[in-house]
Amino acid sequence: MEYFIQQLVNGLTLGSIYGLIAIGYTMVYGIIGMINFAHGDIFMLGGFAALIIFLVLTSVFVGLPTVLLLLLMMAAAMLTAALWNWTIEKVAYRPLRGSFRLAPLITAIGMSITLSNFVQVTQGPRNKPIPPLVSSVYNVFGISISLKQIVIVVLTTVLLTVFWYVVNKTALGRAQRATEQDRKMAALLGIDVDRTISITFIMGAGLAAVAGTMYLMYYGVVVFTDGFIPGVKAFTAAVLGGIGSLPGAVIGGLLIGLIESLWSAYFTIDYKDVATFSILAIVLIFKPSGIFGRPEVEKV
Amino acid sequence: MAPEMNTMKNDPILKVEHLSMRFGGLMAINDFSFEAQRGEITALIGPNGAGKTTVFNCVTGFYKPTMGMISMTQKSGKTFLLERMADFEITKDARVARTFQNIRLFTGLTVLENLLVAQHNTLMRASGYTFLGLFGLPAYKKAEAESIELARHWLEKADLTDRADDPAGDLPYGAQRRLEIARAMCTEPEFLCLDEPAAGLNPRESLALNTLLTGIRRETGTSILLIEHDMSVVMEISDHVVVLEYGQKISDGTPDHVKNDPKVIAAYLGVEDEEVEEVIEEIEEIEEEGKH
Repeated sequence: MEYFIQQLVNGLTLGSIYGLIAIGYTMVYGIIGMINFAHGDIFMLGGFAALIIFLVLTSVFVGLPTVLLLLLMMAAAMLTAALWNWTIEKVAYRPLRGSFRLAPLITAIGMSITLSNFVQVTQGPRNKPIPPLVSSVYNVFGISISLKQIVIVVLTTVLLTVFWYVVNKTALGRAQRATEQDRKMAALLGIDVDRTISITFIMGAGLAAVAGTMYLMYYGVVVFTDGFIPGVKAFTAAVLGGIGSLPGAVIGGLLIGLIESLWSAYFTIDYKDVATFSILAIVLIFKPSGIFGRPEVEKV
Repeated sequence: MAPEMNTMKNDPILKVEHLSMRFGGLMAINDFSFEAQRGEITALIGPNGAGKTTVFNCVTGFYKPTMGMISMTQKSGKTFLLERMADFEITKDARVARTFQNIRLFTGLTVLENLLVAQHNTLMRASGYTFLGLFGLPAYKKAEAESIELARHWLEKADLTDRADDPAGDLPYGAQRRLEIARAMCTEPEFLCLDEPAAGLNPRESLALNTLLTGIRRETGTSILLIEHDMSVVMEISDHVVVLEYGQKISDGTPDHVKNDPKVIAAYLGVEDEEVEEVIEEIEEIEEEGKH
């Protein structure tokens, strides 16, 4: 039983990270109907930015408090990732808007390859380690919960609350939802659609960067290929939850995290990815629009 | 060309001059000019395919016209050349709003949210582009309260107050039409363009629409340009009617003038220019016979 709960805790942590990345996929899909395949690499870039700022800060100021250090790492990661995602949207996706559906998709794959290769060339192909920042582990009823895990889950919850508030209660969120439903009409009501789309990319990148920082902190290493597998998993999470749906992305992320850690715990770890993707396939057969997705009904 | 025009004051809000729109080999609008006076309801009528919606699309920035000039003069005297502006600027800066033939509400948003989206720019500015608004700045709170107040005002006018929190897609058709107009009014336009607002409405809904439109003109002084097929609506509420056929203006004047214009009658019955006189004679003959 303890073992099971332990795995739930691990799965929840992993799932939080996937959920944060998945939001970026689902929002971009919602607003312009394309899959930003470079999003996983934006997540990896966030991790690298956090690592670099960590190295700079620790070498310049000795004995900086960990909380401040973490906050600065996150800020740097968010800024870098947001800047990259904003630029990518502007140079690679915007000119193709209104072109046939495959064009931005292929461009996105191209951007993904470009980003990971750029990092490989500039940062080297090896794993980059980071010393453990928070290492305390608490023992609650025989289950060990590390401070890292608590930080990740709490931070995710806070971010999702803020995010939920922005999307549902503010003028910006309303504009995003309006743009999602009818871009042309939104423009006619005075909404600057291009800017709204840019902000969506920036918001998605911000969340992915936080996820990247936490991933770096959790596993202690980052490498240029890190964008791929977590990216694909988060994309799977978004599809599983119903692409275009924000709660769907979070629930999907948590589900993927849980499936993965439970499978690794009870079956062989080699097949954890197979398990994840099989479940995706099964869900899609029975509920093609995902858990929270609205099936597209065409009125005639 | 229209002797009845002398009753109008000459203060045009919209001036369309020599407008042409070509789609490949098709000349949808050909050298079309007209003016809409401030504070009046101008109707644009014509048979199907005459190019009415194309004119609308040019005025509201949906299309870039092939030729011609569309200028709009605000109350303050500021003039905008609409054909040179991006679509969202036409709403934001020139203050032109429009509705569509087929209703384009944000069906997933609530009725109230639909009206708040229309006040996006005011709210964005007040909230310091969202970031400051997150910290509950008093200026934002005030702006938000004001925008809800404005939304409530138009909800009342459109008789939708009790549906404010329902998804817009759940409203009946007539109510959706009124909501669309209320949403357009929430952008606080000086010039409102309505594309067939009465299409698909039953007589009672059509009456409610007339009340809403004349109320808008009376209370806000907003100038209205509308396309309409329902002649009872056109003749009832408009001050000035422009008739379009095959992309060209064939008549321009008061509703009474237009109603009796032989060219208009011919256009609606569908005959060649040369046969107009013949048709009028025929109509007169039929009317004579009817009297006997």
